[in-house]
Amino acid sequence: MADEVKLYGLDGSPFVCRVKIALNLKKIDYKFVVEDLRNKSADLLKYNPVHKKIPVLLHSGKPISESLVIIEYMDDAWKGAPLLPKDPYEKAQARFWAKFVDDKCIPIVFKAIVSHGEEKDLAEAHEQLQFLENQLNEGKKFFGGDDINLVDISATFIAYWVGAAEEALGLKLVSKDKYPKLTEWCDNYINCQAVKDGLPPREILLGFFKMWFATPNSFVYNEFLNKSS
Amino acid sequence: MADSDVILLDLWISVFGARVRIALAEKGVKYEYREEKLDDKSPLLLEMNPVHKKIPVLIHHGKPVCESNIIVQYIDETWHANSPPLLPSDPYLRAQARFWADFVDKKIYEGAKKIWTTKGEEQEAAKKEFMDVLKVLEGQLGEKPYLVGESFGFADIAMIPFCIWFYTLNKIGNMNIEKECPKLAAWVKRCMERESVTKSLPDAHKFYELVLEMQKKKGQ
Repeated sequence: MADEVKLYGLDGSPFVCRVKIALNLKKIDYKFVVEDLRNKSADLLKYNPVHKKIPVLLHSGKPISESLVIIEYMDDAWKGAPLLPKDPYEKAQARFWAKFVDDKCIPIVFKAIVSHGEEKDLAEAHEQLQFLENQLNEGKKFFGGDDINLVDISATFIAYWVGAAEEALGLKLVSKDKYPKLTEWCDNYINCQAVKDGLPPREILLGFFKMWFATPNSFVYNEFLNKSS
Repeated sequence: MADSDVILLDLWISVFGARVRIALAEKGVKYEYREEKLDDKSPLLLEMNPVHKKIPVLIHHGKPVCESNIIVQYIDETWHANSPPLLPSDPYLRAQARFWADFVDKKIYEGAKKIWTTKGEEQEAAKKEFMDVLKVLEGQLGEKPYLVGESFGFADIAMIPFCIWFYTLNKIGNMNIEKECPKLAAWVKRCMERESVTKSLPDAHKFYELVLEMQKKKGQ
């Protein structure tokens, strides 16, 4: 029981994936407990009674919920491979951009995908994505500089899920000519071993998005809209 | 560290600004307060927060920190030598503090606003939903003096400014929050014993007048 790490989640969730990637980067062994969102386990409801959502990290029997809270916890609890800068100002900037991705970027990008690229949604998505593009200064491989940090991890949805949705939908949102730095970041990020090991197979996502675009009121869509972060 | 190099761009009536004021007061940090006008934002605000164009913004040594909960953590980390600590040192308790500050962010603001921007059945549904949220906080408090443990901290700072909204919600929503949530009411009283809190919160009645004005403008 002592020091045992469990992660409650689902492969298709980008928020669960964030935690998997962080666990991989920190080289932490863990047991993955697959949840069925239509039939949530007694454990999940016990460990996250407030939101009843995934991901939930269980460390030595103590539960932590909300993906960004989990990642900050991991940085406090395991000192190797830091995911946040030490300097308070730089840390505040990392938190700001991770929150921006969560609060602004992902919802509007998701909305633009769901609305099949409706003009107003697309315009707003591009406005937010441009902020991210601008954050990748000259020579910056990741949002964290040379190494992956909280911001990179928070944007996993942009790096991987969006590409699958674009293919399923036949819509290009993050194009190379409009987002040269962001598309390069996507390539660098998803080719990192720790990230690769945490991502679900692309075919699963493609299948999910194709099915979902055919029946937009499916259960998982609604769960996603309520955000499992 | 030269505390005089701290500027806060704010709006006195803002609950988010209040969080930062409380944190600065808890740490005894001297700063220059600048009141912004929402319909006439200063060039400095637009320069320092180009992404959201919102207050509060803390400017320290000319560099901006935005988003109230992020600013509070920045204050705790930068002035860590000043007591009291705003976050616990134990990683698990820190995670709990962040979880509850995040919960307040996700559930309180929009939930409360719905009550004074809707009528009839929609308002009744909003009232029920909001009371359910407050009951969760009531449950979290339990027999504890504060939201996460024995000391006033990050989660309490995130929530306490919203207590000035209770007067408005009780009047407009015909509610009695203090009666339905006695533990929360006791927690509010406890937090109000702190000078950092009473000095930093706007007046509850003034907020009510503001909301009435807003409703009149919208023809409610």
